[in-house]
Amino acid sequence: MAMHAVRALLGKDLRLFFSDRRAVITAFAMPIAIASFFGLIFRGQSGANGATVSRIGVLMVDLDTSVISRAIVAGVSKDPNLNATVTSLDTARARVRRGAVPVAVVIPAQFGDQAGRAFFRNTDKPVLQMLFDPSHATERAMVSGIMTQHVMESVSREMFGGTRGRTLIDETLGQLDSSGLSPGRRALLRNMLASVRQFNADTDSAGANGGGITMPYTVRDEAVTAGTLRGYNPFAHAFAGMGIQFLLMTAITLGIDVLMERQRGIWKRLRAAPLTRATLLGAKVLSGAVIGTMVLVVSFAFAILVWGVRISGSLAGFAGVLVACALMASAFGLLIAALGKTPSAARGVSIFATLIMVMLGGAWVPTFIFPAWLQQVTLVIPTRWAIDGFDAMTWRGLGFDAALAPIGILLAFTAGFLALALSRFRWEES
Amino acid sequence: MLEATSLRKAFGSLTAVANVSFSLGPGEILGLLGPNGAGKTTTVSMLAGLLTPDAGEVRINGRALRGDADPLKQRVGIVPQDLALYDELTARDNLVFFGALYGMVDGTRDRAIHDALTLVGLADRAQDRVRDFSGGMKRRLNLAAGTLHDPDIILLDEPTVGVDPQSRNAIFDNLEQLKARGKALLYTTHYMEEAERLADRVVIIDHGRVIANDTPAALTRGKGSLESVFLSLTGRSLRD
Repeated sequence: MAMHAVRALLGKDLRLFFSDRRAVITAFAMPIAIASFFGLIFRGQSGANGATVSRIGVLMVDLDTSVISRAIVAGVSKDPNLNATVTSLDTARARVRRGAVPVAVVIPAQFGDQAGRAFFRNTDKPVLQMLFDPSHATERAMVSGIMTQHVMESVSREMFGGTRGRTLIDETLGQLDSSGLSPGRRALLRNMLASVRQFNADTDSAGANGGGITMPYTVRDEAVTAGTLRGYNPFAHAFAGMGIQFLLMTAITLGIDVLMERQRGIWKRLRAAPLTRATLLGAKVLSGAVIGTMVLVVSFAFAILVWGVRISGSLAGFAGVLVACALMASAFGLLIAALGKTPSAARGVSIFATLIMVMLGGAWVPTFIFPAWLQQVTLVIPTRWAIDGFDAMTWRGLGFDAALAPIGILLAFTAGFLALALSRFRWEES
Repeated sequence: MLEATSLRKAFGSLTAVANVSFSLGPGEILGLLGPNGAGKTTTVSMLAGLLTPDAGEVRINGRALRGDADPLKQRVGIVPQDLALYDELTARDNLVFFGALYGMVDGTRDRAIHDALTLVGLADRAQDRVRDFSGGMKRRLNLAAGTLHDPDIILLDEPTVGVDPQSRNAIFDNLEQLKARGKALLYTTHYMEEAERLADRVVIIDHGRVIANDTPAALTRGKGSLESVFLSLTGRSLRD
């Protein structure tokens, strides 16, 4: 009779769940909508293996208009990491202040000449001004690094072959006697500049390019994921995160339903039947796990069909993580039913707890963005393991062995939640 | 058929039931009366196996009721004070579910559902959702859910609270039919006229103890109405 009762209890919970339109929308439509939104946001920032790279917007203000400054602007405009626009100083300052662009670079008047002179002598260095939005300090640092490359290339190219560079070398040679350098250092610099002048003359006679300093290496990007054909799909992470979030929300509903059954006297009727406590609560956990599995399956099916998410790792590992997640969430729901006094009070506290868990678990933003200490702390949160497990089985493309730890830990949380729920469940009502 | 012997139940420092004993036979309606907080619902809960007595025992057909899954619970039906039904489901689906908890399947179950709905006058509303029912209809369906599995003993905890006179009379008729079928009914109520009309015997409890146990006629002999007797035994001070 116990199996018959379990089937009846399961069937009843499924009927009640699907008869509640709000619960169904919350469980199925909302994770798909929000995960799609997050996926679209992060898709532009992934970049590897064919994905679109989100380029940093930068405004270039050229107050110099020298050969060197124009070369710098040209280099920046071609940089694949930047989306450069030339504008005036006032416009640049206004747009950065509004937050329209994160960084503006101001090349001051006389920058080219001063940079050329300072190229060989450590004096009178010109100032390259960076206007930046304080909420985008990371972008400022990246633009600063990229500018180093373009300034060095432009200045050195001009100094080793450019017309203005030769003039500057001649000027420097002419001013050496009044430079204040010691006689020994003055002689060394004179020899070096003379050699450069000779190098430029030889270049002209040979008809070769002058050159200048260039980056002594190039970079080839390779995203280390499931393989060479597929890269990081941000939808995989977004659907894992939102799937877990709404799985827990569904579990809250199931937990609240138990409190409602208690409040409506239905629990008395259930308890009056010749059924063990294990049957009653086991069926409730099973109901939660079945509904939870459906939530995740529908969510990932949508991600696969619409957004091209692939289970590039172990399919069995993916299924294992999914079922372990559903069980963990269901046990969490039972814990809410055990600890909650009233439906309304339990709902508020459990939603808060769920939001904390999904936030720290990396459902909203990946955990690698967290500080190192927080990344360690979040290992004690089940949602972290759930999301890491899904990431491992989808875009990371890892084998079943990589699913073992997430599955084991999620099942351990399931057991812990169940033990706590059973110890606190109010069987007898006063 | 049903024997309650020296039942005792405390919740922390509060003793809800101190010492309650009575018996109930087939084809008998026993009215269990008492002021608020007297211990009626706690007593019914122990009889239904929802609460484990701290002392004493409940015997059904001569055997002690023990544990959650005791098959003896099959012989007991409870009609809780609350409308213990799923509003989202139809009347029939509610009964299918509650019947399944007692192992009822297929043909047996369908006949029982038909009989139970016919008894309470809801056979033509079987496919309607409970949320669309009136309060009286819900009360009657509540009764049907408690009697669906054909129990020998039916425990009714204030089954007519909040219903109109028509539905109340319909429920009385249902209970008399069940009595005529040989069922033993225990009926808790605050309405003295209900007890006078229905009960073959009345047990009055207060502060968790039985203070009267006799037929209505014997209790009221020379003392006026049952309400007068009740007030004289339990006092006129307000109870919370």
